[in-house]
Amino acid sequence: MTLANPSDFDGNLQPQGWLRYFSFSLDHKVIGLQYLVCGFIFYLIGGALAGVIRTELISPISDFVSRETYNEVLTLHGTVMIFLWIVPVVNGAFGNYLIPFYVGARDMAFPRLNAVAFWLIPPAGILLISSYFIAGAAAQSGWTAYPPLSLTTPAAGQVVWILSVLLLGGSSIFGGINFIATILKLRRPGLKLMMLPMYCWAMLGTSVLVVLSTPVLAGTLILLSFDIIAHTGFFNPTMGGNVVVYQHLFWFYSHPAVYIMVLPAFGLVSEILPIHARKPLFGYTTMVYSIMAIVFLGLIVWAHHMFTSGTPPWMRLFFTIATSFIAVPTGIKFFNWLATLWGGKIALNSAMLFSCAFIVNFVFGGITGVALAQVPFDIHVHDTYFVVGHFHYIVYGGTVFVIFGSLYHWYPKFTGRLLNEDLGRLHFLLTFVGFNLCFAPQHWLGLNGMPRRVAEYDPAFTTLNQVSSVGALLMAISTLPLLINVVVTAINGKEAGDNPWNALTSEWLTSSPPPVENWHGEAPLVTEPYGYGQHQETKA
Amino acid sequence: MPIRTVLAVLTATTALVLTGLWVGYNVNMLPLGASSNASTYDDLFKVLFSIGTVLFLGIVILLVYSLFRFRRRSGDLSDGLAIEGNLPLEIVWTAIPAVVVLFVGLYSYDIYERMGGMATLNDHMAMDHGAMQQVSVKEGDTAGRVWGGIGVAGMDAAPAGPVLPVEVTAMQFAFIFHYPGSDITSGELHVPTGQQVELRMEARDVIHAFWVPQFRLKQDVIPGQPTVLSFTATRAGTYPIICAELCGPYHGGMRSNVVVHEPDAYDNWLQQNTPNRTTT
Repeated sequence: MTLANPSDFDGNLQPQGWLRYFSFSLDHKVIGLQYLVCGFIFYLIGGALAGVIRTELISPISDFVSRETYNEVLTLHGTVMIFLWIVPVVNGAFGNYLIPFYVGARDMAFPRLNAVAFWLIPPAGILLISSYFIAGAAAQSGWTAYPPLSLTTPAAGQVVWILSVLLLGGSSIFGGINFIATILKLRRPGLKLMMLPMYCWAMLGTSVLVVLSTPVLAGTLILLSFDIIAHTGFFNPTMGGNVVVYQHLFWFYSHPAVYIMVLPAFGLVSEILPIHARKPLFGYTTMVYSIMAIVFLGLIVWAHHMFTSGTPPWMRLFFTIATSFIAVPTGIKFFNWLATLWGGKIALNSAMLFSCAFIVNFVFGGITGVALAQVPFDIHVHDTYFVVGHFHYIVYGGTVFVIFGSLYHWYPKFTGRLLNEDLGRLHFLLTFVGFNLCFAPQHWLGLNGMPRRVAEYDPAFTTLNQVSSVGALLMAISTLPLLINVVVTAINGKEAGDNPWNALTSEWLTSSPPPVENWHGEAPLVTEPYGYGQHQETKA
Repeated sequence: MPIRTVLAVLTATTALVLTGLWVGYNVNMLPLGASSNASTYDDLFKVLFSIGTVLFLGIVILLVYSLFRFRRRSGDLSDGLAIEGNLPLEIVWTAIPAVVVLFVGLYSYDIYERMGGMATLNDHMAMDHGAMQQVSVKEGDTAGRVWGGIGVAGMDAAPAGPVLPVEVTAMQFAFIFHYPGSDITSGELHVPTGQQVELRMEARDVIHAFWVPQFRLKQDVIPGQPTVLSFTATRAGTYPIICAELCGPYHGGMRSNVVVHEPDAYDNWLQQNTPNRTTT
């Protein structure tokens, strides 16, 4: 299919109306929204699983679900939230919707591969969830699936888990290849790399990480499945296997996975802040180089997850140093965002509330992260609730807050209608209070002796666990105003017009929702996506 | 820049740093310390907590101040200033995290070395007691290699003198402690204050982890790959031993105690429990 002829996209093969969202559509905007809605459904499922965990932890004894079920629930919660909600939404949903606009293309480089990448996700997700019902028992060894535990827990559930993660990893690789090709090869003539909106750079960096590291996870999990099915001994110590090698291979993917979840969020925030602050993004060039530095460093820090494992002293030191230095490019980005806000004319709407709260949460998580990078510090708190608190500040307080902010920001583009601001502020307030109530106390719990992944704990920790559970309840309630908002405004929300935020990036320079071919005429050439304050006449 | 702004910024920064130091050194987030390692750890914690508080509060105050001061007034549809960057400023805030990280890294290296973290792990094999080797070196092992942990010696707070070796076996869902010198086997760990203890650990089934929060120490116990953990207890009392690595359904219940005795009381315990004196 050539991309020069927009009429190709109007072919009779493609269903129209709402049905296209259930079809093998090749339209990147449809696929983006498929990712978004599908991801959100899995967010609700993963959230329900978190509800089970927090309910069990209201009391210090194991009294809500059986101990086996508890381990299944925590395994599924982690896997669903990472592989079915955050990674697909922050990459697949916003990446597919926005990247072709930003590069001035009418679709992604490989539209069919794109559709395949999305349609791997629902079956993989259903497979994963159904392992709880059909295989007798779902995986019980945590989302990390460390052997030998993953070799000794019920095999069927573990194998289904591996299969599901392999499918999701495949989907992620397809997406990564597609983004790299689109950003490098499909740019409209005249659009240079250094003119691209920051989200393109974030997605380019993320996709490089996906393509370099996901195959390592896939290979590792295939070896693990051989150990389970064919009784090989790669990771089986009774057959001379080495369990620590699995950890190295696993974290070679799963640490970059944090950046796969967080870099796109950095990109999205870099789009949202300048528009609502009416100022150019501060320090564009250093932002680009920071992303590259994070990508490079992100690949050489994995063993900081293994400081208490079978790790010799020199390795502990090397990974402490490498990990600490990630704070430098990350710090640059946060100072640049603050400088973007400084002197602006800030509209503190729902999109901005979530984006600014992201800064607060992520700085907190980043500071505990630098502390955790220090071997002597980590030796005490590794595998405790301190770590649970830390990474939820990064992936929930960081990425999920940005996903919500992005939803308020781009919903008018998706639908042509504005989300209700009062419900949005209520959603923000409940999420922010609930989130901090849930995860802040966990740092203290970890420091004082509560390990992670337990169904029972020292009764001295009861009160703070109950506070944490109340926070989780607020987070659960916070989804109600969001759901009501999305459904009600889709039907009779305020008309947004094409460009409600007076934005300069190219997805706003077309109708809302955009036509199949993205722009009715030629794609606009946006050489200064953040040229606020210079082009006062653009306010039409 | 007007002198009043400079003064205001300086005052605010000083207040911020003082607040951070006060929080770091006065808000107690840690449990009781009961090993020589704990006081070293707590020093590091206070430094990190202070720096973290300064940075976090500073950034949040800056953010909230910007959101308030630069809020859009109703009816104002104009843009802010078209400032796209400022190289000196960007160099400054590249330097801030770089300097902080460098300082934290060097300081924590120092702490790690004082904890004995840089001691060679396989040293003790040379000066090993004969009794030890039969258990800790199993057939097929790479000649008794130790794969991770904190070795003996190097701890600046560690007293000179004989090291007390204890063999730790972890299994679903218990720890077993064996004292090779006196052939005691126990479900609880008993150690004296003031003597360096070396735990030689291996798991029988899956990965476990040995953690005593009051010692600020943790080490995975791995099947097929022996690890070590050395410490000197400083305060008598009973502290929990917690398994910190998911090891199966009863992981949360996999706990034991370490009983730290004064040296005399430890000798009593040792005599009462040595097999040829009791029937167990």
